[in-house]
Amino acid sequence: MSSTTAPLAVRVSRLLPVPAGAGMARMLVERNVRSYKHGWIALVTGFLEPVLYLFSLGVGIGALVQTVTTDSGEVPYAAFVAPALLATSAMNGAVYDSTFNVFWKLRYAKLYDAVLATPLGPRDVAVGEIAWSLIRGALYSALFLLVATLAGTVTSWWALLALPAAVFIGFAFAAVGMFVTTYMKSWADFEWVNLAIQPMFLFSATFFPLETYPPTVQWLVQLTPLYHGVALERALMLGQVDAGIWWHVGYLVALGVVGLIGTGRRLEKLLLT
Amino acid sequence: MTGDTPDGDLLLRARGLTKTFGDFTAVDGVDFAVRRGEAFGFLGPNGAGKSSTMRMIGAVSPPSGGELRIFGLDPSTDGPRIRARLGVVPQQDQLDQELTVEENLWVYGRYFGLSRSQVRERAVELLEFAQLTERAKDKVEPLSGGMKRRLTIARSLISAPELLLLDEPTTGLDPQARHLLWDRLFRLKRQGVTLILTTHYMDEAEQLCDRLVVMDHGRIVAEGSPRQLIEQHSTREVLELRFDTDDHAEYAGKVAGVGERVEVLPDRLLVYAHDGDAAAAEVHSRGIEPLSSLVRRSTLEDVFLHLTGRTLVD
Repeated sequence: MSSTTAPLAVRVSRLLPVPAGAGMARMLVERNVRSYKHGWIALVTGFLEPVLYLFSLGVGIGALVQTVTTDSGEVPYAAFVAPALLATSAMNGAVYDSTFNVFWKLRYAKLYDAVLATPLGPRDVAVGEIAWSLIRGALYSALFLLVATLAGTVTSWWALLALPAAVFIGFAFAAVGMFVTTYMKSWADFEWVNLAIQPMFLFSATFFPLETYPPTVQWLVQLTPLYHGVALERALMLGQVDAGIWWHVGYLVALGVVGLIGTGRRLEKLLLT
Repeated sequence: MTGDTPDGDLLLRARGLTKTFGDFTAVDGVDFAVRRGEAFGFLGPNGAGKSSTMRMIGAVSPPSGGELRIFGLDPSTDGPRIRARLGVVPQQDQLDQELTVEENLWVYGRYFGLSRSQVRERAVELLEFAQLTERAKDKVEPLSGGMKRRLTIARSLISAPELLLLDEPTTGLDPQARHLLWDRLFRLKRQGVTLILTTHYMDEAEQLCDRLVVMDHGRIVAEGSPRQLIEQHSTREVLELRFDTDDHAEYAGKVAGVGERVEVLPDRLLVYAHDGDAAAAEVHSRGIEPLSSLVRRSTLEDVFLHLTGRTLVD
């Protein structure tokens, strides 16, 4: 085997965390929009789940529970649950695309092999796919917000900011989802995605306040990204806004950036050998 | 050879180009150069290092060593600029299954930064070129292998590339589909597009390539035009002899000296001679009676056999 050394400039650029790209990620988003015109039904089904929960739990259980005590007083149960379900909508939309669809494109359709033969680089693929996934998450959130408003569970004007907030949630989940997917070998590995999503959905202070848990469990819950999404949306939709929401935004953005860079590096390693 | 060509004419140059994967050396220090307007081929069996070389040229695989310049640019730093001027036809089609035939062209053109009106205009021409106009609105999946291949070539042309890379363009196609594809590649060549292709079919190399290199075990073992290679490494004609035996080697001694040299294959003997008919007559006069004897012209397959001791498709 011949021993080889890359030029210094190349070695330095490999140490930098940002993968190569041509700034053309939007072309991949455009490709996805076109693809979904053929299969829009897949978009609709993913949006239904949180809506069903809103009416079964929020309205149904809300009839039994009536109100929940929060930091700034009593709120109706449906109004308490709705922000959490909005955060879940953003998560679902982002995760569907960044995991299942990305896996299909990466391992079977070989879409990224074809894309990387063009000027686009791994960063463009990562940014494009994650952007598309978070758009889908934001779309679900927007639809959910509309339903929640019509159902009368939205009371504060702060709720207008719930949608931009959902973009942060979508970003975090899309980036981490795609990063994790680059390590998957078979469809069976997706059980791990469900194993992560299901408990998060149930226990991220979604259906009852964080204070319900013992302190150690509270600490654990606060590590999960959905908790921060839920807390952020709840603060906005209930109009209980304070500086603490920046902590949630910061957490979600940091997770998204790490996932994005990690995804680009992984694509480089998998496809540009 | 290429060393005396002025640099301005060179589209691509490799010196000591190497690619390793762990302990495995796929490409082992190869030198070659391709001129503008040329059809250049890599001929060799599976695993010879052809595809690894093509991926490095396509700026999607960083060289492990040596020097590579494409359009005078370094692929490790100028990847996007190089890829913007390339068309790539990979070994597997990699068409976008979720889109229609025409959408495949549009979307691919957009990856090159072309405007929507540009890609629509070009797609019309390219669908005509690929004889797929009637299938424009269809999904990709139901197309035949030959159609998919033509669509892949059309797609690679959407950006009007200066250099087209084709990795085994006709592998797995039936003879009719191959000839249609060769015809399309000829047209491109006439239009001045530079072609670089890999193949393990000698007839394809003979049909399409002005110049080619023969690769084996990651190295280049010969270089020249098909005609030059045959002249240098083979005789004008070949006499093929089949005998009623399980081991043709036992007849090799009996025909020794008939031609310039004899190769033993599992199912026949190849006698290399300037005049095949004269060689056949000599065999007959020695009282040797083969089951069949056939005189043909030398091909690149013979060159490869002579250089490596193996046939191309194994």
